[in-house]
Amino acid sequence: MIGQIFQITLLSLRNLPSRLGSSSVIVVGIGGVVGVLVAILAMAKGFEASMSRAGQPDRAIVMRGGSTSELSSGMGPSEMAVVGSWSEVTAASGELYLVADVPKRSNQSLANLAIRGVEQAAFEIRPEISIVEGRPFATGRTEMIAGRGAVAEFEGVETGSTIELRNSTWTIVGMFEADGSVYESEVWADLATAQSVFRREGGVSSMRVRLASPDAAGVLSQRMEDDPRLDLTLTGEDEYFRNQSQQLTTLIETFGYGVAAIMAVGAIFAALNTMYSAVSTRTVEIATLRALGFGGMPVVASVVLEALLLAILGGAIGAAVAYFGFNGWTVSTLGGSFSQVAFDFAVTPELLVSGIVWAVGLGLIGGLFPAVRAARLPITTALRGE
Amino acid sequence: MPIVSLKEVAKSYRKGRETIDVLDGIDLDIEEGDFLALMGPSGSGKTTLLNLIGGLDSPTMGSVIVGGQTLGDLSGKALARWRSRNIGFVFQFYNLLPVLNAQRNVELPLLLTNLSGAQRRKNAETALTIVGLGDRASHKPGELSGGQQQRVAIARAIVADPALLVCDEPTGDLDRETAEEILDLLSILNREHGKTVVMVTHDPKAADHASHILHLDKGQLVRQAA
Amino acid sequence: MNALGLVWSNLGRKQARTVLTLLSLLVAFVLFTYLRAVAVAFSSGGFGEAGIDRLVVSPKYSIIDPLPINHQQRIATVPGVGAVTHADWFGGVYQEPRNFFPKFPVDPEGYFGLYSELVIAPEQLAAFRNTRTGAVASAGLAERYGWSIGDRIPIEGDIYPKRDGSRLWEFDLVGIYRGQPDDPDPGVFLFQYDYFDEARQFGHGGVGWFIVRVKDPERASEIASEIDGLFENSINATRTATEDDSQREFAKQFGNIGLITTGILGAVFFTILLLTANTMAQALRERIPELAVLKTFGFTDGTVGSLVLAEAILLCVAGGALGIGLALGTQGAMSVYLEPVIGPINITLPIVAQGLALAAGLGVIVGSVPAFTARRLTIVDALRERQA
Repeated sequence: MIGQIFQITLLSLRNLPSRLGSSSVIVVGIGGVVGVLVAILAMAKGFEASMSRAGQPDRAIVMRGGSTSELSSGMGPSEMAVVGSWSEVTAASGELYLVADVPKRSNQSLANLAIRGVEQAAFEIRPEISIVEGRPFATGRTEMIAGRGAVAEFEGVETGSTIELRNSTWTIVGMFEADGSVYESEVWADLATAQSVFRREGGVSSMRVRLASPDAAGVLSQRMEDDPRLDLTLTGEDEYFRNQSQQLTTLIETFGYGVAAIMAVGAIFAALNTMYSAVSTRTVEIATLRALGFGGMPVVASVVLEALLLAILGGAIGAAVAYFGFNGWTVSTLGGSFSQVAFDFAVTPELLVSGIVWAVGLGLIGGLFPAVRAARLPITTALRGE
Repeated sequence: MPIVSLKEVAKSYRKGRETIDVLDGIDLDIEEGDFLALMGPSGSGKTTLLNLIGGLDSPTMGSVIVGGQTLGDLSGKALARWRSRNIGFVFQFYNLLPVLNAQRNVELPLLLTNLSGAQRRKNAETALTIVGLGDRASHKPGELSGGQQQRVAIARAIVADPALLVCDEPTGDLDRETAEEILDLLSILNREHGKTVVMVTHDPKAADHASHILHLDKGQLVRQAA
Repeated sequence: MNALGLVWSNLGRKQARTVLTLLSLLVAFVLFTYLRAVAVAFSSGGFGEAGIDRLVVSPKYSIIDPLPINHQQRIATVPGVGAVTHADWFGGVYQEPRNFFPKFPVDPEGYFGLYSELVIAPEQLAAFRNTRTGAVASAGLAERYGWSIGDRIPIEGDIYPKRDGSRLWEFDLVGIYRGQPDDPDPGVFLFQYDYFDEARQFGHGGVGWFIVRVKDPERASEIASEIDGLFENSINATRTATEDDSQREFAKQFGNIGLITTGILGAVFFTILLLTANTMAQALRERIPELAVLKTFGFTDGTVGSLVLAEAILLCVAGGALGIGLALGTQGAMSVYLEPVIGPINITLPIVAQGLALAAGLGVIVGSVPAFTARRLTIVDALRERQA
């Protein structure tokens, strides 16, 4: 039977060139679905990756009780001192988090650039930060370093330039990378300088702490709750960024699957249309084969195989277009902390695979019904070509 | 005056570098009220001659005058208009539109007239009654036998009341008995309704119904007795 | 029967094929309608049609900074300014973070005075003014969360704790307002600024932004620079723009939504175009002898070509209309899912008109080649093909 399937499929593929126009409908239809799906999901993946890379399990963020983002949080020196004194905390950096309106390169319109004032410990807590151009900022001077993503998205934050931020002038002295994480979308300055220039004397938004072990997070959370003098929450950094990215990631993914599902319905109709007409133009041929003694099953299989081959071709083209067209494309959007997050579209191997899986599914549906019809044609009527 | 008059008509096709002469120096007059059968072997030019008379094709040389109108003087659009009023066509394979029922197939040519919808319907009913299919008006071609389909096609040919019926192998796809019925119908249209009929056929029995028979051979006429 | 009937009957020839083509057109146009509505929702900032006579005064350096409320009196002194009011971003979580909607502390009469397109019963507005913990919600919000007047609505303040350290704010719903009949639901929860400012732990005397009505929209930009001039050298400098511009600016922060939706639509329509064009070409090939027969009856080349073109246009417009109709029909159900994430969406008349025009255009494109072929068809050749 395998032999029969093979022969009939070869036969139908041989006359495929005469049906090139209608067959390309399947290829393009399914290619469109897969391309759009993979491209949209690559956006979600890229955003998620940028956020999740920033979060490490042995690091935590301390914010005012109830705060859901650093932007809306605030703490004073006395609270900082208490947190810094705990033995479970091996390093702590008070950080001031602000946003400023800066024009974007793409359309010159003002967008929120995240500014982070940090203590020296910040670099010890986040060893992934590395200066790739210029030098670190000097304490006590209005100098900044800018993340690679910030440089890509915003005007005037490249090394060597000066920028007006909130009525003060800063010199950008270097550029840093942070493993592609959301930190690369920020500009960093010395905490004390930022506090005085931005008139936030003594106050910080939040603290970044390095924990002796990931388990310490639970212990510290409990301690904060038990101490009536402290109105603070401690969140694991990974959880914090997961929460920040979840809503947008879910939104993009839902949107992607929704659009792809609707398109898929259209592509299935297209595939059905094509395969029904492929079957109807080959009615006599199929009936002749049946008359010669070929079984119904090989006929079904050959039609399904043809649809599958075309679908996989389409899926591969769609996935390739998404990969070559979008992989690594940097865009930015408004992230959870009300600031621009630059991220790269990430067309991962698993996305490519799921694109092909979709193509196979669509091809199966599109091929099966026409195949069954082909097999059920009464041989005598079909031979007359009616 | 004859209803159809062909003078020194020639028709040739180019096929690549070759020129194929299909008709060569045809002179032919057909009187009004005649029932003419055109016979001849395959490739003798019967259908080409019929197409020239029906205004579907134009000669390479010579003139075709039908009902006093020199067809060569008409533009494509005017010729189409002229056909709609003066010629009824009947084909071997009926050429009915499968998506329309009998009534609507017959009504088709009337879409080109100014008749009201009601009048069109009435004329179509009349034509169907003449061909004896008044009770099959709502059937689609697929639901009718071959003979019935050809009757619908004849009704369609006469619905606009043309003086000339042009039939290309009207019985070519029918069995003997049904063919006789169709030929009888054409004879009735010829005798009782005064239609001039020109029919191409290769079947001598069909030709027997005609009042004249002409033989074509290699693009030339061989005149025969009635 | 008439010519249209003939066109219609032809579509019934291969019913399965016509239905499948119609369905894929339907799908494309459902997608078109929703994506356009989403793009429109984004470009309008989700707050409906912006008044042309309104300006928004924001902090110069960043929208997260507060502005002192006493700017209001100074703005009011600028010639040409008709009215001024203020609002602020409260943040806050109702039950769970996914229940997102904007919550503004406002001056009840000032706010409804400026947003004259918002409709609220006079006695409800009076109750809003007179109830310290009073709040009003848009009809859409009230429907989504099943609120009715008299309900107590708890909001967890993530930005603003209360003076006593608690984060639970409770508001009494005293009114439900709505936008103009054809506008999307405003979707904003409003409560008293006076109560908010007194009860909050920090930030007293600050507001998020001011809204200004100018007497003459022609002079809007002039007045905007005059307002900014007032505070130019203070630490609370301002940036003033028309409401329309400032919403557009904010929407741009999300990225180029227009580009993304256009890209997707492009991919969808390219696919549909190919499919429908192929179907039409196929349908034509099968019908060549029939078209020739029509010509023998005296149908002119132009008429036969037009019949084929009309068939393509009819098919596309029917599919488009069905798709747009389905989108309109499901709008209510879909907005339950869409509104919390992208704000109110509204399938407006221009979107419907664009869709139908697009459908007709698609019909012309896919029908023109077959129509041209049908037109050029010579009777003798076509009939000979049938005989062969």
